[in-house]
Amino acid sequence: MPMLHTVNKSPFERRTLDTALRHAVKGSAILLIEDGVYAAFDGTVVADKVKAALSDHKIYVLGPDVAARGMSEHHVIDGIDVVDYGGFVDLVTEYDKVQSWL
Amino acid sequence: MAEPWEDDELDGPVRKFMYVNRRAPYGTIYALESLEVVLIAAAFEQDVSLVFMDDGVYQIKKEQNTDAIGVKNFSPTYRALEGYDVEKLYVEKESLESRGLTIDDLIVPVQVVEKDQLAELMEEQEVILSF
Repeated sequence: MPMLHTVNKSPFERRTLDTALRHAVKGSAILLIEDGVYAAFDGTVVADKVKAALSDHKIYVLGPDVAARGMSEHHVIDGIDVVDYGGFVDLVTEYDKVQSWL
Repeated sequence: MAEPWEDDELDGPVRKFMYVNRRAPYGTIYALESLEVVLIAAAFEQDVSLVFMDDGVYQIKKEQNTDAIGVKNFSPTYRALEGYDVEKLYVEKESLESRGLTIDDLIVPVQVVEKDQLAELMEEQEVILSF
């Protein structure tokens, strides 16, 4: 059953995103929050991996965490949707489970 | 007339302190704690240098706006370091590049150094504190 996976660790420091992607079934969604948002930007060494994941998953990034870190929504990889806190709640209700990778 | 606490106490040896910042700003407390300790060393008129490498480069990213996450934006403090004579700020080139960042993305003037230069700078220090 597709679920929502949240990832809150930087992809440059931890393997959390890799682990989440490895265990997420096709059709499940990934929501990048806190330091996890650093995976959402173009021009980084992890961008290709994230773009490849878009073929199997919807990927979202939490806007308030992007703004806090001074990152620009304009540099978010095409295909990743920026959501606000309301959007976060909508995702939680849309999928029947949430797995928070810490 | 100098106050007693202003007397000789601060005339001790000046040591070369390097603070190595490797963490992103808000996910953990490391970045903020480092900044506090840097300011303490500066108050004691030590020879302070700061390094931003790995995710530490994100600490000095421009345009941080923490209004929506309910956490204090401490990034303007890096701009005040100059007032404490903390002017040796180094950023590792490889760390910037792997994150798609350039020097124009940073809120303070820094010297961009390659990893080999950074290794040499570390060798010159007397105290290195890693955050």
